[in-house]
Amino acid sequence: MGRLVLAEGDVFAPPGVKDFFLPPIFGEVTKPMVLVVLSVIIISAFFVLSSRNLKIIPGKWQFAVESVYDFGRNNIAREQIGSKEFKPFVPFILSLFTFVLVNNIYGIIPVLQFPTMAKIGFPLTLAVMVYFVYHWVGFKKFGFVGYLKNQTVPPGAPGPIYLLLTPIEFLQKFVLNPITLAIRVFAAMFAGHLILLVFTLGGEYLLLHAAGPLKPVSIVSWAFAIAMTFLEAFIQVLQAYIFALLSANYIGMALAEDH
Amino acid sequence: MLKSVLILAAEEEPLNPVLPHPVEIILGAVAFLLLLFVISKFVTPRFEKLYEERTAKIEGGIEKAEAAQVEAEAALQQYKAQLAEARAESARIRDDARAEAEQIKEELRAQAQEESARIVAQGQAQLEAQRAQIVAELRAELGRNAVELASRIVGESLEDETRRRGTVDRFLTELDSVSAPAKS
Repeated sequence: MGRLVLAEGDVFAPPGVKDFFLPPIFGEVTKPMVLVVLSVIIISAFFVLSSRNLKIIPGKWQFAVESVYDFGRNNIAREQIGSKEFKPFVPFILSLFTFVLVNNIYGIIPVLQFPTMAKIGFPLTLAVMVYFVYHWVGFKKFGFVGYLKNQTVPPGAPGPIYLLLTPIEFLQKFVLNPITLAIRVFAAMFAGHLILLVFTLGGEYLLLHAAGPLKPVSIVSWAFAIAMTFLEAFIQVLQAYIFALLSANYIGMALAEDH
Repeated sequence: MLKSVLILAAEEEPLNPVLPHPVEIILGAVAFLLLLFVISKFVTPRFEKLYEERTAKIEGGIEKAEAAQVEAEAALQQYKAQLAEARAESARIRDDARAEAEQIKEELRAQAQEESARIVAQGQAQLEAQRAQIVAELRAELGRNAVELASRIVGESLEDETRRRGTVDRFLTELDSVSAPAKS
């Protein structure tokens, strides 16, 4: 803070939680709400328009769309759930992946510049849906007791270990999974957005209000902001992938005969 | 200063990023379910249908190729069989021809031998007939000549050798002259 005190004019106010509570655009509608609705339109348009006239031998555009679809279908759903049972979950996993991906990428798109997933409400909603889906398919497949036993009593461990193992497994599968799933993407987006804000606003402040010799330092700050933007792009894609991957993994675990 | 600003903000409205906003939960759920509906209703069936078609086409292609291969194999076997058959046939025909030629040669030879034998026999028969005729003629001639000769011998004296030889010569020439017309 000492350095900032040296600055002329008003004091630098670092970005914080308040930057995630944007004023409503109109009425009760805020920016993240608009962005979420927009993401549904973007993804639906992308897939529906591209898949109107699919050819057995794909063109360039179809090939690109197919590789997105295949990524969700083969690399995530089939890998995690198994080639026997993955088919019914393809729409769910693909929706999760693209929904989280687009809402994350918003964070680095000029003008939009807000990762919707940095609002805990959205990832939490998705995680709760995943939670209900995987427990529902598990109960449906093995029955109530069978599923509970399958999930909390993994075979192969020596007897007394179960005293420790069963509560941990239960806690993880029925309490922690949805929370960690939601917090993982939320925290990454929240922190990422905050870092970008710090470097961008810091650079601005240095340029406008810092003492003469300190003004060029703003260039360094903005260079970092740009570098962090690239890092953020990577993290946003990665988090979307992880979210879909873990969701598929939970479904796969619920359906697995043994672990 | 900063601390006081934050505290002021907190006092105005408790901003907690970890507490979800009810509107966001509802909107998030509705938005996601809408997307899920669109994708499961329109997108996934189209892509899955495409993949099935593609798989079917590839499998069909492979099956077709396999069928063509089997067919080609069968055709090759057939050609080989036909070729072997043709070879056997030609060999058989050659053997037959050889045997036939042999038979024809044998037949011709037998025929020629028969013919020659027939000709020889005919000649012999002719000769025999001529001989018999000649013998008969000679026998008659010889008798008459003998009688004549005897009458001459009796009639003429056989004093000297020259006369005797002359007589015999005369007889023989007479005999020749007699037998010559008979022969011709």
